[in-house]
Amino acid sequence: MQPTTEQDLAEVVRGVDEPIRIVGGGTRPIGEVDGVALSVAGLTGVTLYEPGALTLVAQAGTPVADIEAVLAAENQRLAFEPLDHRGLFGRGGTPTIGGMVATNASGPRRVAVGACRDHLLGVRYVDGAGQVIKNGGRVMKNVTGYDLVKLMAGSFGTLGVMTEVSLKVLPQVEAEATLVLVGLATAQAVEAMSVALGSPYEVTGAAQTSGGTALRLEGFDASVTYRVDALKAMLGKFGEIAVHEGAASTAIWRDVRDVAPLHKTKGDVWRVSVKPSDAPQVISNISPAAHLLDWGGGLIWMAVDGGRDIRPLMQDIPGHATLIRRETATGPTFHPEPAAVAALSDGLRHKFDPRGIFNPGLMA
Amino acid sequence: MDMPSPDARVMAKKARVIERLQSVLPTDAVIHDPAETRAYECDALTAYRCPPLCAVLPSNTDEVAAVLRICHEEEVPVVPRGSGTSLAGGALPTADCVILGVARLNAVLETDYPNRIIRVQSGRTNLSVTGAVEEDGFFYAPDPSSQLACAIAGNIAMNSGGAHCLKYGVTTNNLLGVKMVQMDGTIVDLGGAHMDAPGLDLLGLICGSEGQLGVVTEATLRILPKPEGARPVLIAFDDNAVAGACVADIIKAGVLPVAIEFMDRLCIETTEAFAQAGYPDCNALLIVEVEGSDAEIDHQLDLISTIAARHDPVEIRQSRSAEESARIWLGRKSAFGAIGQISDYMCLDGTIPVSALPEVLSRIGELTEQYGLRVGNVFHAGDGNMHPLILYDANKPGDLELCEAMGADILRLCVNVGGCLTGEHGVGIEKRDLMTSQFSTEDLEAQMVVKDVFDPKWLLNPAKVFPLASSQSRRHGG
Ligand SMILES: Cc1cc2nc3c(=O)[nH]c(=O)nc-3n(C[C@H](O)[C@H](O)[C@H](O)COP(=O)(O)OP(=O)(O)OC[C@H]3O[C@@H](n4cnc5c(N)ncnc54)[C@H](O)[C@@H]3O)c2cc1C
Repeated sequence: MQPTTEQDLAEVVRGVDEPIRIVGGGTRPIGEVDGVALSVAGLTGVTLYEPGALTLVAQAGTPVADIEAVLAAENQRLAFEPLDHRGLFGRGGTPTIGGMVATNASGPRRVAVGACRDHLLGVRYVDGAGQVIKNGGRVMKNVTGYDLVKLMAGSFGTLGVMTEVSLKVLPQVEAEATLVLVGLATAQAVEAMSVALGSPYEVTGAAQTSGGTALRLEGFDASVTYRVDALKAMLGKFGEIAVHEGAASTAIWRDVRDVAPLHKTKGDVWRVSVKPSDAPQVISNISPAAHLLDWGGGLIWMAVDGGRDIRPLMQDIPGHATLIRRETATGPTFHPEPAAVAALSDGLRHKFDPRGIFNPGLMA
Repeated sequence: MDMPSPDARVMAKKARVIERLQSVLPTDAVIHDPAETRAYECDALTAYRCPPLCAVLPSNTDEVAAVLRICHEEEVPVVPRGSGTSLAGGALPTADCVILGVARLNAVLETDYPNRIIRVQSGRTNLSVTGAVEEDGFFYAPDPSSQLACAIAGNIAMNSGGAHCLKYGVTTNNLLGVKMVQMDGTIVDLGGAHMDAPGLDLLGLICGSEGQLGVVTEATLRILPKPEGARPVLIAFDDNAVAGACVADIIKAGVLPVAIEFMDRLCIETTEAFAQAGYPDCNALLIVEVEGSDAEIDHQLDLISTIAARHDPVEIRQSRSAEESARIWLGRKSAFGAIGQISDYMCLDGTIPVSALPEVLSRIGELTEQYGLRVGNVFHAGDGNMHPLILYDANKPGDLELCEAMGADILRLCVNVGGCLTGEHGVGIEKRDLMTSQFSTEDLEAQMVVKDVFDPKWLLNPAKVFPLASSQSRRHGG
């Protein structure tokens, strides 16, 4: 089923009496869902774009690449740097803006500007009864009624079928540069990233890969030059620092964003969210086959072999783990919630989708 | 503004409810003497007042849970209260409600610089959060003008913003976790020191829910390193529309100021008379502030001035020092106080797409003539969050009603041009009955089912946010 209008989509939902698997571009197959496929890819197009107001509204099936091209023409961008899951899953396809929102896909710049959910201004969606609902809008400040916009971001299609999203966009930058420190152990790397993120130099990326500990600065040319020097001086005690500019810097962050170091690895791929200073402990408890730290250590991507469930190994470290690419691991895709929180989540899913037809069981 | 009539069943058991509350709280934490409950009869929307059944001031999460369990069993409505600075009547009591004030929950529980977070009890004031970390070079970004008084609890409930949110976002973008007590006394932790939510984004839902889903007792907030410096440029224009066009051009040019503030002639003249900031004689002015090192600031201010120069400004005044910056901000910061000196006023806060600014200002001008009331405009222009101040005379019979009718027209105008009723103050009782101009019945129903999940009996702050007619069948005694 691939309706081309919101009205048709609502009609499809009203008409079905079996579970539905909601698909955008099919490039982010996180978790397993049984059901007939309902594609949103037929709903395409940018409905409104006002560069002077930093806002863009698009149909949910619009390819992310199309939106990035429209923005680039006005020297703007999606500042939260949505990751592209295709490399991780080794598949093709065309990522859609709706799928990006449904998974709250956010990249390295999340530490500076927030996640996808922080840039989502409004949504239209079809609920489980086949009604079209709108929430939020197209303006940057809006506290009118409950914020269902945040709720829809990262809801993995379990609350409704999004048909239109409205996003805050930001200006492109004139220049970027990346400082790379080599040879730091995880604990040292996290410390260096904390120092950098705690500095006034507006670090917009802080990651550790096998290539080193990378710190990104962006902005006007002269300003980047100034801050590169200032940050180098500040981090001198951590050892040698190499500086990569322009395209070389961009390439580093493209790889971090898309978790490139784990593309060729075997095993299950986990995404762990903890406070940065807990990252070294998590890694030593789990000893993954390969890993990547983003968000200053707050986001850990791990390739784990042998189908191990890593959650018990996190012991009492606060945070959560999502099984993004399952090879042999058993257990739930999403981190189990405490009973009282699970009761709220289940209650909401039941109200939004009383028949339980949208991606059933995916998040529960 | 109508409020539901008090539930006679609750009024009849007042003594028992107070007695039960006294059994779980220290004596001085239950306030029921009518002379003392008067302090809780309104918030900053002072036109509406009603003394509550009683007020309680718990000191920790367990006491909050004990209070809520009792009220849940007795089916007594509860209105959470921070510092009572809501401009929307969010903390307005009903005669049959218990006011649950969090003012005694004001401790800092944890500051963690390596992870850039602070954990506080929710009654702590906004400014004192920054106060707790600024000596170490950090700050808490959302800065409502009421920051000296307002509590983090109220900020979370209203998803409050501030002058600097163009760059740093509003409360929801700086909130990482809460401890919250549900109406039945269940304590839940949502989010935490880590950066994203595990399942559904319940934290995002709580922020901005106006005290209707749970009572927040603790919050984990993101703190940021202080910038090296900040300085503004003041740009004066002869024409509102030109000022609006200049804002769009600055944004399009790729500069991201921390703040772009706008004032119109009425506000400029009134603040000049009050604060003598030395503003130029003009019809509209912008204050644009940028951050960074001295050289970075100069570069950005030069860029902004070059753009502004293309719009035929009356004057461009770039600050070169902290002293000059303070003078530029002086008028803007005293605007509300200055208007308050000359008249009673009602402050609206609808948001519009920035492109609609000229049209909206000229329509407001027409409404001014139609209603015979004056309006001053001072607002956050970068994000389209308007603050029209309607001047009226509280002692003149009928003037408040006239002012409210005009306010409703202005807010409907904001919605019609693609904006919304409220950008940062919240719906409360003030905009409750206008919600149908922005939302369909189905849109409102989709929001109300959320409250059904968190508070099935609709006891928490029940008469707010949704039009009374829409929530009638759900509200206790409705
Ligand atoms: C002079 C002035 C300037 C202002 N400037 C701004 C501004 O620049 N930006 C802005 O956004 N706002 C502004 N405001 C509005 C107001 O200050 C904010 O809405 C503020 O966040 C309210 O905080 P409070 O602690 O006073 O909350 P209250 O007024 O006590 O309550 C506000 C709401 O929060 C709920 N609530 C309180 N405590 C809790 C809790 N523990 N758990 C759940 N819900 C709770 C209440 O029920 C109510 O609905 C201004 C107000 C004034 C008077």
